Amino acid sequence: MSKVLMKGNEAIGEGAIRAGCRHFFGYPITPQSELPHYLAKRMPEVGGVFLQAESETSSINMVYGAAGAGFRVMTSSSSPGLSLMQEGISYLVGAELPCVIVNVMRGGPGLGNIAPAQSDYFQAVKGGGHGDYKLIVLAPASVQEIIDLMQVAFDLGDKYRTPVMLVGDGILGQMMEPVELADEVTVPEIAAKPWAAGGLQGREKPNIINSLYIVPEDCEELNKKLFAKYDVIAAEETRWEEYRLDDAEIVLTGFGTAARIAKSVVDKARAEGIKAGLIRPITLWPFPSEVYARAAEHAQKFLCIEMSMGQMLEDVRLAVNGKKPVHFYGRSGGMVPLAKDVLAEVKKIMAGGAE
Amino acid sequence: MATVSFREERCKGCELCITVCPEKIIVLADHFNAMGFHPATVVEMDKCKGCAMCARMCPDVVIEVVKEEKQA
Amino acid sequence: MAKVIFKRPEALTDKQFHYCPGCTHGIIHRLVAEVIDEMGIRDNTVGVCPVGCSVFAYDYFNVDMFQAAHGRAPAVATGIKRTLPDRMVFTYQGDGDLASIGTAEIVHAAARGEKITTIFVNNAVYGMTGGQMAPTTLPGQKTTTTPKGREKDAAGLPVKVSEMLSTLDGAAYIARVSVHDPKHILQAKKAIRKAFEVQQAGLGFALVEVLSTCPTNWGLSPKEALKWLAENMIPYYPLGVYKEPAEVK
Repeated sequence: MSKVLMKGNEAIGEGAIRAGCRHFFGYPITPQSELPHYLAKRMPEVGGVFLQAESETSSINMVYGAAGAGFRVMTSSSSPGLSLMQEGISYLVGAELPCVIVNVMRGGPGLGNIAPAQSDYFQAVKGGGHGDYKLIVLAPASVQEIIDLMQVAFDLGDKYRTPVMLVGDGILGQMMEPVELADEVTVPEIAAKPWAAGGLQGREKPNIINSLYIVPEDCEELNKKLFAKYDVIAAEETRWEEYRLDDAEIVLTGFGTAARIAKSVVDKARAEGIKAGLIRPITLWPFPSEVYARAAEHAQKFLCIEMSMGQMLEDVRLAVNGKKPVHFYGRSGGMVPLAKDVLAEVKKIMAGGAE
Repeated sequence: MATVSFREERCKGCELCITVCPEKIIVLADHFNAMGFHPATVVEMDKCKGCAMCARMCPDVVIEVVKEEKQA
Repeated sequence: MAKVIFKRPEALTDKQFHYCPGCTHGIIHRLVAEVIDEMGIRDNTVGVCPVGCSVFAYDYFNVDMFQAAHGRAPAVATGIKRTLPDRMVFTYQGDGDLASIGTAEIVHAAARGEKITTIFVNNAVYGMTGGQMAPTTLPGQKTTTTPKGREKDAAGLPVKVSEMLSTLDGAAYIARVSVHDPKHILQAKKAIRKAFEVQQAGLGFALVEVLSTCPTNWGLSPKEALKWLAENMIPYYPLGVYKEPAEVK
């Protein structure tokens, strides 16, 4: 192992390669472009394929083809591009194809801007495309965690035959941090995919990659099957970080970049005698609801911090279930919360002044 | 001498085979098949030359053609 | 000695086609299957079917199949071919799928010289959704969304796919054929075979546009539909080889 200084966007690419992904299809968009730049160089070095598609719509459908042929494959984009991919994501879910989709989120709605944001939370965890479904959504908060979660993303995708989304933002993408990397790239063992449609190759019965269930009874069966799978994922794959939570009177919560800010505010608040703690969901879906429910037993208040007008906030409120007040502090449109402003909010809440 | 056989249950009675048969020996039968179509059938099989035009034109791959070859 | 001179190809499953009586989709399916059989590539072929009347084609071709979102088959095929370059990958697409919603995907697959084969079925109308205007609907042709006939000021003029794609350097083989009589069916099969051979030889993108009928939505008998195709479609969409690499000439 050695320590290497890496940019977040590059770490996404290197993490994918370390996880055995050899196929990338994508379309340029700021602020994730360092990732395709990196993979355009890196993929040929490891015998992989980098292809710049004509659109995000095509990228996600190339992913559908490669995933259905049985390969570890990924695409990446930023908010407006993810909107274009929603059709393909829904088909990937319907056909139960594993893949990894990266969203380095930016300010919206519309063309918005290229500044960091977290306002695609709803799109990522509540569906986004048409139909009844969930994606596993991973939200790293450091460059090392990006590397680690890329492996998790590909493994979970294959294990559950589902698309997995990794969400970040422009800050995380541009941030440089040291990461632990194995000196050599080894190809991890990937379980066989007997369902893949890569040509008969001696098999008798054709495999079909399909999401068309013309008989309503059959389509309902598919949905039941998907949701049975989601129950298992929720029970076994929920990830989160707790920080100074045990005696916390006020629980700060957020994901990704917002959680990093929140964590620093926890320390600042503690230094001023306020018992603050943190819950950082690492899987946005499945959401670590039980952790909030448990914390609500002893904490007095919650404060959700997001780079949006308040999206994860709804899941936090559902998890706390009215037991304690859940406050919100957010900046949106590409604005980032400042630690001093969050700290001021914490003080106001603890003094009983904030709604 | 050739024999044309129809998978009658699959014939949709579109008549395209009838339009291309050079011997004009294909007709629609009087009876219905299970789908409710009058299936195509050959009336004078001894006139069939085995050109397989009917089979090539059939959109439902209903027709199979077997030809008797002269003994050498 | 009895010799079978015409039978169902092995590359078709035994499932009955759902197409309307006289619809020539079935002929085109069979030709593709015959070519797969004759080239001995069934074990190595992957097909991608579209959204439209041929949405169920995955049930008919006896090879590994993908069902793609509307218009996206060339992108899906690209994903398959780039992971498995030694497989024969084909898309089967109608005119709404390929020439309307999927124009970006087909143009760029051709421009990249993607080594795939596309069977493009042009019957000048949307079938499955109920006879609406297609991008290839002829001027003056009545459809459910051009009840007085396609009028150019309101609905524009048809897209000539073979002509358009043959301007792209990445397109190696482009031909337009028809299946309205046995002679043309044989020619169509030859073109389809070439389109697979071009892929096999790694020469680039190959597409065969097949003029096809839609008796149901044209409001004609199957026999009248063949005649209508010959008299109306062929003059507007001339048959022929638009592009052909020297290697397969």
